[in-house]
Amino acid sequence: MTTSLRSLPTLLARQREWSLLGLMLVLSLAVWLKAPQFLSPANLSQVAILAAIIAVAAVGEALVVLTRNVDLSVDATIGLVAYAVADLLKLHTLDVPAAIVFGIGLGLLLGIVNGALVTLCRVPSIVATLGTLSVYRGCAYLLAGGSQISLSDLPPAYVALARAGLLGVPLYVLLAAAVTLVAGLWVGRTRFGRQVYAVGSNPEAAAVLGIRSRLVVFVVFGISGTLAGLAGVLWGAKYGTITAAAADGAVLQVVAAVVVGGVNIFGGSGSVVGAALGALFLGLIANGLVLVRLSQFWLQAIYGAVILVAVAADAVIVRRMLRAASERRRAAQSAPGAGRA
Amino acid sequence: MSAPVTHQARSADAGPRRLELSLLGRWEVLLGVVLLGLVIVGARLSPVFATAQNFSNLTAAAMEVGIMALPMTLIIIAGEIDLSVESTVGLSSAVLGWLWAAGVSLWLAVPAVLLLGAAGGLLNGLLVTRAGLPSLVVTLGTLALLRGLASVVLGPRAISTFPTEFTAFGFGTLPGTPLPWSLLVFALLGLVLGVLLHATWLGRQVFAVGKNQSAARYAGVRVRRLKTVLFVLSGTVAALAGVILTARLSSARADAGQGLTLAVVTAVLLGGVDIFGGSGTLLGVVLAVFALAMLQNALRLADVSTQLQSIAVGLLLIGSVVVPNVVIRFRRGGGTR
Amino acid sequence: MLTRRYLHVGLALAMAASVGLLGAPGASAQASLNVAFLPKQVNNPYFDTAAQGGMKAAGELGGQFKQVGPSEATGAAQVPFIQDLTTQKVSAIAVSAADPDAIAPSLKAARAAGIKVVGYDSSPAQGAYDVFVNQADTQGIGQSLVQMACDEAPTCSGDIAILSATSTATNQNAWIDVMKQTLQQSQYSGLHLVDVVYGNDDDQTSQQQAQGLLQSHPGLQVIVSPTTVGIAAAAKVLEDTGSAGSVQLTGLGTPNSLRAYVKDGTIKEFALWNVQNLGYLTYYVAAKLVSGDIKGTPGESFSVPTLGDYTIGDNSTIVLGPPQVFTADNIDQFNF
Repeated sequence: MTTSLRSLPTLLARQREWSLLGLMLVLSLAVWLKAPQFLSPANLSQVAILAAIIAVAAVGEALVVLTRNVDLSVDATIGLVAYAVADLLKLHTLDVPAAIVFGIGLGLLLGIVNGALVTLCRVPSIVATLGTLSVYRGCAYLLAGGSQISLSDLPPAYVALARAGLLGVPLYVLLAAAVTLVAGLWVGRTRFGRQVYAVGSNPEAAAVLGIRSRLVVFVVFGISGTLAGLAGVLWGAKYGTITAAAADGAVLQVVAAVVVGGVNIFGGSGSVVGAALGALFLGLIANGLVLVRLSQFWLQAIYGAVILVAVAADAVIVRRMLRAASERRRAAQSAPGAGRA
Repeated sequence: MSAPVTHQARSADAGPRRLELSLLGRWEVLLGVVLLGLVIVGARLSPVFATAQNFSNLTAAAMEVGIMALPMTLIIIAGEIDLSVESTVGLSSAVLGWLWAAGVSLWLAVPAVLLLGAAGGLLNGLLVTRAGLPSLVVTLGTLALLRGLASVVLGPRAISTFPTEFTAFGFGTLPGTPLPWSLLVFALLGLVLGVLLHATWLGRQVFAVGKNQSAARYAGVRVRRLKTVLFVLSGTVAALAGVILTARLSSARADAGQGLTLAVVTAVLLGGVDIFGGSGTLLGVVLAVFALAMLQNALRLADVSTQLQSIAVGLLLIGSVVVPNVVIRFRRGGGTR
Repeated sequence: MLTRRYLHVGLALAMAASVGLLGAPGASAQASLNVAFLPKQVNNPYFDTAAQGGMKAAGELGGQFKQVGPSEATGAAQVPFIQDLTTQKVSAIAVSAADPDAIAPSLKAARAAGIKVVGYDSSPAQGAYDVFVNQADTQGIGQSLVQMACDEAPTCSGDIAILSATSTATNQNAWIDVMKQTLQQSQYSGLHLVDVVYGNDDDQTSQQQAQGLLQSHPGLQVIVSPTTVGIAAAAKVLEDTGSAGSVQLTGLGTPNSLRAYVKDGTIKEFALWNVQNLGYLTYYVAAKLVSGDIKGTPGESFSVPTLGDYTIGDNSTIVLGPPQVFTADNIDQFNF
């Protein structure tokens, strides 16, 4: 039973997901001891709702990172979509379902622009998305001028989304779970989805295999934009008061969620489930800090430490697994009577 | 028919280097032309643009970005990146303020802060070279970590009781001239690093590591040591930029320097440095720093809104990569895939 | 809608560019009254409302008005604008200080160049301005906040908590200090201040902090949020968690953003000042400084149409007037 290297990414991903769940349990216990209301359904559901918005964007970002790229423009997409959707609702130009579709569509468009820059114009994704970050945010400011959309401007049906739920589980959480599930199945089971991993882990080999890497990259940027658009729609309904600066700086949280979730920045390994769990983990930390009355000035420092520890752990685990795999292979090959592995 | 083929083959061999050299030469010239163009357009957009006082102002503000862009150039050429510079600025400002408020003399506090910056750089360097972690993620982590430490050190306070000599260093000019002090620092650092990068063996190593790390290692380059030194340099210089910023604003705050990483990386990329490493010139980055500062100043004086400025900078950044790509495609005559 | 706005922007840009290109070389004549407003950040509804007041005053006085500023509310970002306005030789700069000390050197340089400096909303450091127009008396605001908390807490007793802006915000910190002093008074002995948290004027952080307050202090009666972003975020959290009945909310906010919450009872009353009048008064003060009517020394008095008479007080400060309290009865009269 040799451990084939091909299943290594899957092994790693599962490992990370379980460790995250374990960490979350430990963290929750620690906070609960000091502040029992941490685990109350009311608190947890609020935390989960806020984390769900980030999780949706993090799933899209994870797909991009899997292909060895990065999308730094997500928060500008979220902000622009949130404002545009709210504006259209305020002016009664569209009704709620149409506005939601519009928002997701706008996100798709913005993602396609990123994809085109990266694949057609061959701009490295870090440069392209740094550029579109400024451009999209600038567009949001241009669109809004100095105005803000207030809760009373929005149709109740839209705002109610943030409060809706099924059997006690908030709608946002269900949505995030659904998105994660669909994305996970797509990238793990479908032929095209698996190409995402291939492109990220070994672009040259992928090309040899006839995989159209540029098409794959283009598609994941489109998906990332679409999910960021969805996150923007959810953002607007949750926050109620929206200015052009909505979600400013959220890219740090999204990328942190992806990294903590075990998606390797070099591409090729990690899972979208991990990214979603990462978003939840960071949300729990933020909430836990507040409840144990630790000064909120520590939050940033802890975020940074968590990222570093997560990545370092990644590297250590990868090295160990690779060593174990190669040792097993060597043992199998040198065993008497063993055929070709 | 063989002549064009041989020509093609030969240029393909010498291709990358020849292409780079001529492309780089072209890029600096292009930047120089853009700079000149900006001066002309700026002067037409506003009668007060082409005055010594205005140039002095816009230079002073650009110097913190410029100073940090110099070691960032070396780091990016070596194939890495340092996103944590703006947090080092914040941490150094916070610690400087905290030390000063606690009664420590500036003569002691400033070197202490520079050492702290070096320590932060060392952390980055070790994590990247020893633990083998990607610099994008490591410096993303230290970006948050160092900013958080700055908040813990200084909290909500803003220290502003600095002595006037210190403030004059940041805000004032060299006696008798409209040139800010920080320009002197920038010029010295630029000269030293420029010579280092383009005329010494060390500089060649930086390029080699960026082009092909394993090949460089086999050729005897101490890759780990080199990268660690570069990160330490970046951290120290960022701390210096933090000191200058604190002096210029006469105010030490934990949130100092927010947004500077984007500005520094934009300047370096605009200067023609390849984000994947292995090529770029310091001169290009210097020109880009001034071009960016001048562009934003000209737009401000023409009362162009801040939103449009942000869009302009974003488009410029994208354009700075798209244009060379188009040029390369054009020169290769369509090229093969 | 979007295309129309982009079209407007494009046209405006084209016009500005052509005016700039055509007019620049010979345009050495500045209007005699040219006041620039420099808020903490542009794209902020609060400052845009003040700007409307400034524009109205400019129209009445026949002067010029423009508003410039950074996207992020930091002192470092305001400095280049101050320097450029100095270079442009405007007659006066009206500035709301994101960092009172960071902008002081450049403001002093502006004053040395003959430009009048008027602070509004958030004061620059001493010596860096000619007059500071305070929107409301710091004491008055702090006391109103405590009084409103007392009104909303049943029998004026219980735990209260504050959700503020950034930890470095000078206004909010000053008001909170007054609140703490006021709470010592005997009539408020039933109220206990249990926590002060910072939402950084960011939606996400404010909601997270509000949520944290609800969870950490189960007996919380009132949340006081002296910042427009914070109070809107706290209101949303109260509604979303269904705590609107058991926990009251008050603070400072704009009528438009809080109208829905007042109508449904989440907020019973909150306060602010007339933001448009703030801008209007600031412009008039700048105009009077430029024309030499006033010099900015304590004791001088002057009068402003529709607002009345003012006398400059200590630290060259004047106060716009008493804060305005908004309730369900009067909120529909206001539109900002």
